[in-house]
Amino acid sequence: MTDMVDEAAIRTAIAGVVRGDGGRLLSSLVANLRDFQLAEDSLQDALESALIHWTRSGLPTTPAAWLMQTARRKALDRLRRAANFRSKSSQIALAEEIIRADRDAGEKEAISDDRLRLIFTCCHPALDSRTSVALTLRSVAGLTTEEIAKAFLVSNEAMAQRLVRARHKIAQANIPFEVPRPETMAERLDAVLTVIYLIFTEGHSSSDGQLFRINLCEEAIRLVTILADLLPDQPEIEGLTALMLLHTARTGTRLSGTGEMICLEDQDRSQWDSDRIAAGLELIQRALARKSVGQYQLQAAIAALHAESPSFAETDWAQIALIYAGLFDIRPNPVFELNRIVAVSYSQGAEVALVALDGLALPLSGYQPYYAVRADLLVRLGDREAAGRAYRRAIDLSSSPAERQFLKRKANVAPRDGE
Amino acid sequence: MKYIALIYSDPAAAPAFDSPEFGAFMASYHAANERYSKDAVLVLGEALKSASTATTLRVRGGRTETMDGPFVESKEQLGGFYVFDCENLDEALKYAAMIPAAQHGAVEVRPIEDYGRS
Repeated sequence: MTDMVDEAAIRTAIAGVVRGDGGRLLSSLVANLRDFQLAEDSLQDALESALIHWTRSGLPTTPAAWLMQTARRKALDRLRRAANFRSKSSQIALAEEIIRADRDAGEKEAISDDRLRLIFTCCHPALDSRTSVALTLRSVAGLTTEEIAKAFLVSNEAMAQRLVRARHKIAQANIPFEVPRPETMAERLDAVLTVIYLIFTEGHSSSDGQLFRINLCEEAIRLVTILADLLPDQPEIEGLTALMLLHTARTGTRLSGTGEMICLEDQDRSQWDSDRIAAGLELIQRALARKSVGQYQLQAAIAALHAESPSFAETDWAQIALIYAGLFDIRPNPVFELNRIVAVSYSQGAEVALVALDGLALPLSGYQPYYAVRADLLVRLGDREAAGRAYRRAIDLSSSPAERQFLKRKANVAPRDGE
Repeated sequence: MKYIALIYSDPAAAPAFDSPEFGAFMASYHAANERYSKDAVLVLGEALKSASTATTLRVRGGRTETMDGPFVESKEQLGGFYVFDCENLDEALKYAAMIPAAQHGAVEVRPIEDYGRS
């Protein structure tokens, strides 16, 4: 291919390589260079260089290998230039050695270790969790800064700055590029899962029709799948994967044609993604069989009970209430208690539930779902006036148009429903 | 690589000098210090007198202005510090977590700038 290749086609091809191999390339570079920012900058240099070279002479046979080699040379250039200002000769010697020793060839184990190290570094507890979210999407998932900025509704500059600050802290505070030792593994893995779950919930709560935004739910699933490959047989990783699969199986039925939220009770169960449900169920069963329970497994177990139930009315609410109680025991989060009370309202009645709900008035006083649940219980008990007040409070607190639309309709039909 | 661990705590939250808990509190400092020496990570560590003994100064236009008290007024005061020489942040955090005051106060861990000395 000697003809000038269409630049747009090359740009698409490069984006594809970054999506597929970016995380792997970057983790090898960080492992080689021991410098997160230098690795990131060198990879960017290599991508720019690829655009020029590949447009001129077509795609190389193995684009990822080409990028890796080029990025290493670019790193050396950068170090040499920096050496004019500061004495970094030892670092240059190191980099030269690295470039000679091509670690890519056949060292599959080393590469997956690098990738795992990168994930643990990005999700290090010394970083702010929002920073970890951005850094993980950039460095592990290979999204562009622009895509991440859009997903979190901040400017490109602000996002770029957040990423630079994070890499700066990693370098300056010497956050180790390591897989944690066994004694801290559970804690550190929990931090990684928290970051992935944050990405997922952000995608879940912002999924109302913003087509130009990256699908963060799918990114979270992709990340947890990478993690599961690198760390097999971990029940909480399996649990989180199952949880996300079971939730996204219902995605298509969560919004009406007019963009209104559809609650679980009114969703068309025949439209749930049965493949995802099957995959989720298999995973959660495998995880639970390992007899080491955790919060993600329990949440997935609840999602599994919903997924398996033929209808809303036939749901095993008593079992769900029990699992929420178990969740609250390991993570005393009032939101789990709120969900338990909802389950209780179907297994033991709205009256029992309403009494239990009073205990949450203080901890959840600014939390929209608390008022939506309260309103719903009051409607079921026939107290329209109090229900109306609770609905109004819920509408005021809601930040999602789909949810507001749903709540407004509920608030309006509530009195007539009570007849 | 060197890290400083700055210990912030509310003096009222620490066991009082004449309380039965005080002995155990001091013993736990002793145990931490022993561990630091044993692992050869301790560069320096000192406790400070109370913030009410602090003097803050600024030099403005060639004139030294002094103020009675610490730079930042808050319930939590800088009460002491350690300097550790460690491999990386994880190690520094591990040793900082052994400081007894971390149980009721907070410890800020920061890398020390080395200006190319190493």
